[in-house]
Amino acid sequence: MAVALDAVVQLGQLLLVLALAPLLTGYVRRVKARLLRRQGPPLIQPYRDLYRLLRKEVVLAHTASWVFRVAPYLIFATTWVAAALVPTFASGLVFSYAADMIAIVALLGSARFMLALAALDVGTSFGGIGSSREMMIASLAEPAMLMVVFTLSLLAGSTQLSSIAAFMQGPGIGLRVSLALALVGLIMVAIAENARIPVDNPTTHLELTMVHEAMILEYSGRHLALIEAASHLKLLLYLSVVACVFVPLGIAASGQGPTAYLAALAVYVAKLAAGGFLLAVFETAIAKMRVFRVSDFLGAALMLGFLATLLLFVSRVA
Amino acid sequence: MDQLALDVAHMFAGGLVLVSFMLLYQDRMSGIVNIFALHALVVSLSVAWQAYIQLAPHLYITATIALVVKAIVIPVALHRIIVRLGIHRTIEPVVGVGLTMLAGIGLVALSIMVMLPITAEAGTLAREDLAFALSVILLGLLMMISRRNAVSQVIGFMSIENGLILAATGAKGMPLVVEISVAFSILIALIVIGIFLFRIRERFDSVDIHLLHEHRGEQP
Amino acid sequence: MALEALLWCAAALLGTSVAAVAAARHRAASAPVYGVALCASAAAMLVAGRSLVTAGPLASALLLPVGLPWLGAHFRLDALAAFFLLVVNLGGATASLYGLGYGRHEEAPARVLPFFPAFLAGMNLVVLADDAFTFLFTWEFMSLSSWALVMAHHRRPGNAVAGYIYLLMASFGTLALLLAFGLLAGPAGGYAFDAIRDSAPSASVSGTVLALALVGAGSKAGLVPLHVWLPLAHPAAPSHVSALMSGVMTKVAVYGFVRVVFDLLGEPSWWWGALVPFLGGVTAVMGVLYALMEHDLKRLLAYHTVENIGIIFIGLGLALAFQANDMQGAAALALTAALFHVFNHSVFKSLLFFGAGAVLMRTGERDMEHLGGLIHRMPYTAFAFLIGSAAISALPPFNGFVSEWLTFQAILLSPALPQWSLKFLVPAIGALLALSAALAAACFVKAFGVTFLGRPRSQVARDATETDAWSLAAMFVLVALCLVAGILPGYFIDALSPVTQALVGAHVPRQEERNWLMIVPIAESRSSYNGLMLFAFIALAALSATYVIHRWASAATRRSPPWDCGFPDASPLTQYTAGSFSQPIRKVFGSVVFRAREEVHIPAPGDARAARFHVSLRDVPWDVLYVPTASFVNFTARHLNKVQFLTIRAYLSLVFAALVVLLIVLAIWQ
Repeated sequence: MAVALDAVVQLGQLLLVLALAPLLTGYVRRVKARLLRRQGPPLIQPYRDLYRLLRKEVVLAHTASWVFRVAPYLIFATTWVAAALVPTFASGLVFSYAADMIAIVALLGSARFMLALAALDVGTSFGGIGSSREMMIASLAEPAMLMVVFTLSLLAGSTQLSSIAAFMQGPGIGLRVSLALALVGLIMVAIAENARIPVDNPTTHLELTMVHEAMILEYSGRHLALIEAASHLKLLLYLSVVACVFVPLGIAASGQGPTAYLAALAVYVAKLAAGGFLLAVFETAIAKMRVFRVSDFLGAALMLGFLATLLLFVSRVA
Repeated sequence: MDQLALDVAHMFAGGLVLVSFMLLYQDRMSGIVNIFALHALVVSLSVAWQAYIQLAPHLYITATIALVVKAIVIPVALHRIIVRLGIHRTIEPVVGVGLTMLAGIGLVALSIMVMLPITAEAGTLAREDLAFALSVILLGLLMMISRRNAVSQVIGFMSIENGLILAATGAKGMPLVVEISVAFSILIALIVIGIFLFRIRERFDSVDIHLLHEHRGEQP
Repeated sequence: MALEALLWCAAALLGTSVAAVAAARHRAASAPVYGVALCASAAAMLVAGRSLVTAGPLASALLLPVGLPWLGAHFRLDALAAFFLLVVNLGGATASLYGLGYGRHEEAPARVLPFFPAFLAGMNLVVLADDAFTFLFTWEFMSLSSWALVMAHHRRPGNAVAGYIYLLMASFGTLALLLAFGLLAGPAGGYAFDAIRDSAPSASVSGTVLALALVGAGSKAGLVPLHVWLPLAHPAAPSHVSALMSGVMTKVAVYGFVRVVFDLLGEPSWWWGALVPFLGGVTAVMGVLYALMEHDLKRLLAYHTVENIGIIFIGLGLALAFQANDMQGAAALALTAALFHVFNHSVFKSLLFFGAGAVLMRTGERDMEHLGGLIHRMPYTAFAFLIGSAAISALPPFNGFVSEWLTFQAILLSPALPQWSLKFLVPAIGALLALSAALAAACFVKAFGVTFLGRPRSQVARDATETDAWSLAAMFVLVALCLVAGILPGYFIDALSPVTQALVGAHVPRQEERNWLMIVPIAESRSSYNGLMLFAFIALAALSATYVIHRWASAATRRSPPWDCGFPDASPLTQYTAGSFSQPIRKVFGSVVFRAREEVHIPAPGDARAARFHVSLRDVPWDVLYVPTASFVNFTARHLNKVQFLTIRAYLSLVFAALVVLLIVLAIWQ
């Protein structure tokens, strides 16, 4: 009985992240527009976009192979599974023990691998640009993310996100420099991975400024819908990680009743709204960097992560 | 000692190390001066917090001196000097930013490795502050040797001074007199250096040390 | 019982190689030779696997009256040997299966067929050897038979140089191992491993033996800076032999290191746990950076082997660090991670080399810049290569991820280490490991994408056809293993527990009673991974998305020319090449590590000549270490050569001087 209830809650989380992700992106776009004194699209516009794309015909290039056709499904599936593993309103759910933070980072790496291959599949130069730049960004962002994971794991004694969230909710932490550095590093990596300004512009149409957009240039119809859904899910995933690790108040532990879950859900939605707002303000306030300055930016994130790990040893003295 | 007090002191000291890293990374002239102001601000906040938890009122004066002299007066003076020299817009090419940052991290690890085992009998706060202070000193030296511009080197020198203040206040009981003299000597050194820079600029139209090197008189 | 069976398999392989000397002139001889090799390797693999998983004391020894008269030839089968025999013979069996198809196209069968079974036999015997003489003899036999295979196509440009450098480095490595065994045997001269195990060398002797073992085994495995022969020799050999050399022979070198350091030496000192992971980390990053700069498919794979050897040595070094500090459980975890990676790497590296060999056989090209679009012409090879690439990039749910995950878990146990330098070094090594994993993914996107995807860049790529059934069978066996080892890692971890129990005295908790086939290497509260559930969920998510979309949304598809932002170019030369793909990474990392410089010469407007783009890279270990050593050796040899041409009076004076010197020494010593 308890197992069945746990499974239902886990399934609920799976569907919840899928339902909330486009709303989050719509909200961020709306806030950005308002900050630029525009009306902005309605909040549910991403849902409409996905619906429209799903009903359209796919136009495939002559040179596209099965990799091109299968990749969107795999990208969507891996990103969805990774997003469902992050505790949103409840920690310690059944599925969350199947994979820890390192596995989540690696799942996102799988999605990126498939996307980069699909970009090279058609044999155009845009796919090549996007793919090579994305792999360069990933070669720095993934180690930076793993250093942040190291810091958190060394602190909490576990790589499981549920355990880290539980540890952060507990009393024994205090303010630590390492956590501040890890937070800054995580935010920098999140910006790079989600293709946000200052690393990449999600609304650009200029070839030389594209990274993510260049990789999906040849996609259309339902394939494009799946890839867009995957990028919405990725943004939700990173915001959820920041929320559950650094602002863990209000997460319900596994096994509490449905009222606790609903209250935690409301807190979670509020956290997402706050995070989305801050992201929109940050993106509006800053300009996009040159591509080769991205390596300095992410190198700084890697250094911050590494410094956070080193400084942990100082504060663990005595 | 109270855990919160320890944590806040720790935050300030760690923040000082972080601002030293930001100094290493900066390549704009005005940016360097501003970040140095931030550096001095963090030092003064740290000293003020030490005054609060050590119940040593004279340290409040030290904090105020650090704040007024190093975070306000000197940066304003430096801004004036660099505007007069006309170099406030230059972007200095920081050679090998990646390698410099890696070296900085190595220096932080080295200072932790040296300081923590040596001070095994001291109190936690003092140990951490000494380790962080040594890091700040080493990072300031690294900044001095990785820059070509004289103004940047002066700022690196002054950040070393901030590290010394952190070390001195972390260990209890540094007298105020020494602090005043140190501050005054810095001020005088700055004035001298300012005049010097102005003269160099007048003579050679540049403060780039590389160019100065050729005029030392020892080269054939 | 099992030991005798294994020795008989090795004897069968040696017999086949002798028979092949006579029969190898006919091309039809390749099928029986590879067939016998396949049967013998498969039998050995089954025997070794069975002896590894059955419970109970494992070690059995045998003494054959061959070799040195007072020593004989000792052979021993214990848990470590059984595991490595499993790895060696898995590689041997799949390579023989591949060879059944590939060998038909061999242009010089007389140079390949006799040595292939001998190479397999040599590797098997190295793992079984139980005394220093047998070990070194079989080690040299393995090196020489692989050298003969590298020189099989000696008229091709570059192969002769490759063979020469390989021979030099192999001899150098054997010399180092000889010295190591000499030190271990001590003044009493007990060369049998049992005698060495009982003796307790002092700390300085142990340290020297470690350094010598690192040099000797490390040069065969490919540790930086002793890796230079690998990217020259591995591609020069025929493809199934390249797979064996990269995937299996390097593991035999790892076996040599593990046997000497973990089994024969006593307690490790803590600085061993600092030196070995550091070398491993540097090797990992350098190897993958070299691989990223390459556009020859086989050289890229060879450099990648260097990276994975680095990862294995990181695990081994961590095990040494933990063992030196009496943290047996953590040492067992690190050792399990390293050995699991040994298995995984031999599986996917062989798979990748088989794919590259198939491409080479069908197109005659190894250079990625002349390939492209092969996924349409060689779909099965492309699929197998894709799975191999995903596995080697440590992507879940394949096996490469599991061994990297275990290595990270071992690294996260580092705060318990008391030495400060280790406390800081291990997270730094973790950062290097993470960096190499991310760069490996980039490398294989490049390798798979430029070779198989896109449009064909040359006529041979356009005309390629699928390779034969035997090669495909070998590749798909390995594909299945990649998936199985990734989904059901618990069984493999349990199979390794007798090995770690014997070497470090502890083992990772048994995984077989876990719910849902999860693996929990340390404790439930700490970390866990469930490959099967992850795979099931991904498959479920993908299938449900497919079903929902095809049922309720549109499933229509239309083919058209590519969009390419409205400017499609018919020439396939406008695609990204291997060099252009790695350009951002070359700019970020290569300018520091390789002094990579790009020069562009654009002729003036109106001049119709082509523009030129030139990239120059410097191989720092080669320039700093090898070139000066070679010139020093040449200088010394040139000057010592003068001794050959002295007059008779000069020779007599030399003899006289030697005599006088000895008498003086004798006088002083009295």
